[in-house]
Amino acid sequence: MPLLDRNGSKLDDWTISEDGTADAPRILVAFEHLKDALAGNGRGRRIGVAIANTVKADALAPFLNDIDLVSIAFPAYGDGRGFSIAKQLRHAGFKGTLRAAGPLIADQFAYALACGFDEIDLPQAQAARQPVEQWVHAAASISNTYQRGFGAENILDARHAARLARK
Amino acid sequence: MYRYDEFDARLVRERVAQFRDQVARRLDGSLSEDEFKPLRLKNGVYLQLHAYMLRIAVPYGTLSSRQLRQLALIGEKYDRGYGHFTTRTNMQFNWPRLRDVPEILDLLADVEMHCIQTSGNCIRNVTADHFAGIAADEIEDPRPTAELIRQWSSLHPEFDYLPRKFKIAVTGAEHDRAVVRAHDIGLRILRNAKGEIGYEVMVGGGLGRTPMIAKTIRSFLPKADLLAYLEAVLRVYNLEGRRDNKYKARVKIMVHEIGAEEFARRVEAEFARLDGPAIAADPEEVARIAAYFASPAYETLPARASGFEAAKAENRAFATWASVNLFTHKVPGYAAAVISLKGIGDAPGDITSAQMRVVADLAETYSLDELRITHAQNIVLPYVKKDDLFVVSQTLVEVGLATANAGLITDIIACPGLDYCSLATARSIPIAQALAHRFADEKRQLEIGELNIKISGCINACGHHHVGHIGILGLEKSGQESYQITLGGDATETAAIGEILGPGVPADDVPDAIERIVSVYLAQRTSGETFIEAVRRLGLAPFKAAFLEKTHAPA
Ligand code: SF4
Repeated sequence: MPLLDRNGSKLDDWTISEDGTADAPRILVAFEHLKDALAGNGRGRRIGVAIANTVKADALAPFLNDIDLVSIAFPAYGDGRGFSIAKQLRHAGFKGTLRAAGPLIADQFAYALACGFDEIDLPQAQAARQPVEQWVHAAASISNTYQRGFGAENILDARHAARLARK
Repeated sequence: MYRYDEFDARLVRERVAQFRDQVARRLDGSLSEDEFKPLRLKNGVYLQLHAYMLRIAVPYGTLSSRQLRQLALIGEKYDRGYGHFTTRTNMQFNWPRLRDVPEILDLLADVEMHCIQTSGNCIRNVTADHFAGIAADEIEDPRPTAELIRQWSSLHPEFDYLPRKFKIAVTGAEHDRAVVRAHDIGLRILRNAKGEIGYEVMVGGGLGRTPMIAKTIRSFLPKADLLAYLEAVLRVYNLEGRRDNKYKARVKIMVHEIGAEEFARRVEAEFARLDGPAIAADPEEVARIAAYFASPAYETLPARASGFEAAKAENRAFATWASVNLFTHKVPGYAAAVISLKGIGDAPGDITSAQMRVVADLAETYSLDELRITHAQNIVLPYVKKDDLFVVSQTLVEVGLATANAGLITDIIACPGLDYCSLATARSIPIAQALAHRFADEKRQLEIGELNIKISGCINACGHHHVGHIGILGLEKSGQESYQITLGGDATETAAIGEILGPGVPADDVPDAIERIVSVYLAQRTSGETFIEAVRRLGLAPFKAAFLEKTHAPA
């Protein structure tokens, strides 16, 4: 499926291997096979995990240092659970790639980035209607937001800086 | 009142440009109708029965004269010369065209207003006590808290796709005038034993088809922890609130299903691991916001205003208006004046553009340029010198806004109902009008005293009927409108859900039914006892008996 990040389209170099048996440099395994895939990983493969948005961030906590990517499913654009999971994983110290997978809309891109996501894995149909330029444009449509996060400049710190400069 | 700085202003402008772009992408097919829907809702554009409706945020009900004049202009240019104030202190226009909306949003941005998050499954416009800053029973002005929440909740990246809408209300007084226990989160500012100021946090209130009174999950939250704590509540709800059924998706259902204690435990666990300082606004920022709400420069006036007293003695109508529509101000010589939008026969909450301009002028001349909108769909002039009240009231008389009924039986709250709303099962405005006519007599209204009637046109309860002393719910029964009447609801700090009196009655019988309920009260009240106090003392039985007697329905 088409992949994009804040710079535009991106090549997906991860191989989906639900049970973790595929012989590829980067494999994306299902959550229930994650433990086994990590245990049997003597070959230096990089491992990522795909989770439903009902999986608790806590359940992933023991593995966060050993995995390179977490792909969180968005079953529908109106289901915002993935945003909270992303924030929790980042807060728990996850430094790898966070991927939002599902039929999001371009107008959610800025929110996804602000919650700590790096990339969006879009279904073909969505990508066809909403070309990547729309995503890049939408991501930049609001230049400052009221919340500190991983996305746009935040107003709290900007005001703070302005206060310091005046002193 | 709060004024935008460059950041607020830019965000609102960019939001307008973003919406223009979204409309364009809807038109060129990039966005499907389904995908566009939440985007338009979060910009206040709602599809009604006959047309689009635009809902404009009036944060915590505060408006300047300039802003009200702009609303008057929008009403004239893009609507039919009037607007409608809602029970969440927003303004609604019922007839704008979709293609005019970006232009209207620009006009709003010109006066530091917007429609952001006035609809949709997100954190909605924050409401507060309409007598904030002027009530004697206030511990702290709730508006700085409300403004802080407004900013924090605006375009919150994590909480814009919640299971369902989410409403927050704040009160800073002992007497709750903001119905905080009927909100998803209610905040009450209080002082603890050490004299520190903080919040009581209540969660899971709401009306709708499953009315619930919010439960306290934190009895004292230090002020500095507010945003982090709200973030914890919202995160727990966002992750675990039900998404399988629209009618079970409000946080009140989750609180009910797992219990307030368990909900509190999950919130506290999330709160404990959040990075509070990264979420909180720094103390200087909190102080910056609070400074906008500092007490205005009041004049030193005698508590007894001689001009005011003389005018009352000379003019009976003014004396009545003054005895009903004024609220005691904490500063001697001042009063807050309620402008009733419940003229007999008017649609509750409606105001014409011409009236808006007159009210704006009055606020500018006599009330430090400020107005408040109340959840009871009225307007308040918060800072009027008592000696100016007569002039103010005479101007109001000229434009039909001097109805002396604030808090009385004809000060009825009603939702738009079947006249406008696509979800309605019955009309509500005509019921309000019929009742207003029935009880129009000023003397009788005064004799009955404080009594809130609230009417909703369907089970969604936008007219707050559950918390009306008398609640009226319009339903549809085999093709006929049928009105279910409840008794004993309470929207204050003693919040309660009204109980159903009996089978529904047809529209024409509603005034008689209410009349019978009121007669029981008048016959059985003790001296000085208000309607709701009598209902509490007597219980439902005598009212039920009187109600059923004439409906000929089996009990
Ligand atoms: S209560 Fe029902 S009829 Fe009234 S405004 Fe709400 S949804 Fe519409």
